[in-house]
Amino acid sequence: MNEHHIILPEGSIEKHTTTLNLGPTHPATHGVFQNIMELDGERVVSSEQTVGYIHRAFEKIAERRPLYQITPLTDRLNYCSSPINNMGWHLTCEKLLGVKTPKRVDYLRVIIMELSRIADHLICNSIVGVDSGAFTGFLYVMQYRELIYEIFEEVCGSRLTTNIGRIGGFERNFSNTAFTKLEKFLKEYPVALGELESLLKRNRIFMDRTIGGGPISAERALNYGFTGPNLRAAGVDYDVRVHSPYSSYEDFDFTIPVGKTGDNYDRFLVRNEEMWQSMHIIKQAYQKIQEFKGEEAEVYHANVPEYYLPKKEDVYTKMEALIWHFKIIMGEVDMPKGEVYHSVEGGNGELGFYLISDGGRTPFRLHFRRPCFIYYQAYPEMVKGSMLSDAILTMSSLNLIAGEMDA
Amino acid sequence: MAITNEYIQQKLTEKFGDAVYNFEENYGMLSFETPKENNLKLMQYLQDEPSLGFGFLTDLCGVNYPDNKGRELAVVYHLHNLQENVRIRFKVFTSIEHPDVFTASKLYAAADWMERETYDFYGVNFIGHPNLKRILNVDEMDYFPLRKEYPLEDQTRIDKDDEMFGRG
Repeated sequence: MNEHHIILPEGSIEKHTTTLNLGPTHPATHGVFQNIMELDGERVVSSEQTVGYIHRAFEKIAERRPLYQITPLTDRLNYCSSPINNMGWHLTCEKLLGVKTPKRVDYLRVIIMELSRIADHLICNSIVGVDSGAFTGFLYVMQYRELIYEIFEEVCGSRLTTNIGRIGGFERNFSNTAFTKLEKFLKEYPVALGELESLLKRNRIFMDRTIGGGPISAERALNYGFTGPNLRAAGVDYDVRVHSPYSSYEDFDFTIPVGKTGDNYDRFLVRNEEMWQSMHIIKQAYQKIQEFKGEEAEVYHANVPEYYLPKKEDVYTKMEALIWHFKIIMGEVDMPKGEVYHSVEGGNGELGFYLISDGGRTPFRLHFRRPCFIYYQAYPEMVKGSMLSDAILTMSSLNLIAGEMDA
Repeated sequence: MAITNEYIQQKLTEKFGDAVYNFEENYGMLSFETPKENNLKLMQYLQDEPSLGFGFLTDLCGVNYPDNKGRELAVVYHLHNLQENVRIRFKVFTSIEHPDVFTASKLYAAADWMERETYDFYGVNFIGHPNLKRILNVDEMDYFPLRKEYPLEDQTRIDKDDEMFGRG
């Protein structure tokens, strides 16, 4: 409850507003969020959010785990784009351990990260469509997300919670099937994205519903700690990929779309354009990968045996691999002391990892900067005075992911 | 002119003298400490001084150092100058008996929930916070779970009946 709530004695007949408990498990909230809204007719007077329904204490669990066992925890933050979280975590560890990855690994990572960004934005944008009354688009594009998941499956064996890659690179090289599937995706997806775009972008119903809904000014967005597409929709061109390039993003040519008003429509447009840019990046990365010749074309991890878990076949047949495997698994390799903050551009914004190491086997402290958690605070301000149905639309256009929020 | 870590350190020492100390550079990021009474003044200065312009609060979290007598709890702030793309980190320490730190939520709206989270897990009492209550844990909880005094369950314990989970 905040100061806008009308407080009247219990049972009073003079109360003109309705209290509505929306969630935590409401079909319209796409996740476990609770909102207690005070409504005047259909207009939102005020609202208060409750989060934490799927809190799993990852930060505490991580204090007990060696680095490579923390990767599966990061999967479950923003589960719409787990590979970005995994890569962000690997990059953090590599920064702490001083591991330098080969270019080919960087480019492969870029492909995986951009694919997951597309998967993330695709869901968000099509869900905005669903909440404004167009279910078709959502159902239609799901088969293209499936193509992305098939690539992940080919690379790491799983689809949603991927646990992809290791410190120093990938667990195996990309197979030819993976590249074939990537080519198929590159060929088929732009058509579908174009269709989704033409279904919604200049659609009168969609525009009437989204333009002006849930706006936020650039100044307020910065004060609220917005990052990612939501901040860019408000007109601030901050993108971690450009500001602090990681994984060789500086080698790629792409533009950062920015909006103006920070409303639902601008957020839709920014995400839509980002998907096109991601396609552009993937194409460049794929081209760069094809340019590697000879031995270089087979590199898929850095040469850091003290941190990189060796292949299982090698562990069974080679002495050295067995020793390193044993040392890593039994925790004989300590990490250096230090404090490191590393961030990547996640699906929702700046996903940061603040890792304090006291030189042991496990982190002394690990904190996740979850963009969702930080910008969801602005929700009451964004929906104040809007219609209840637009408040729902704002919620989905912010791309709130319960897993990321609650950590 | 891009601002360097040396420049930031020099400006802060000029302004605050002994109240900023333990400067170090960790993986390129300048980090330092300040007494807990000074945290708001410091943040206000970092925000307002045109040549520094740290206007974006990236992250705020707590850390527990149990062996650090009298300075068991730390609140860590990560600030970002988006124009110059420079990040800094500073810490304020407080004792675990009186974990009172001034709230930054008046300066940054983003600090509101991050401080609630820090309170939730470490019990840091943010003075002046508009709505300091638990956020991720249940309201009835009567301890602060991320403090080091609460270890995770011993994984070798054998007194637990795990039959229903296939581990019996």
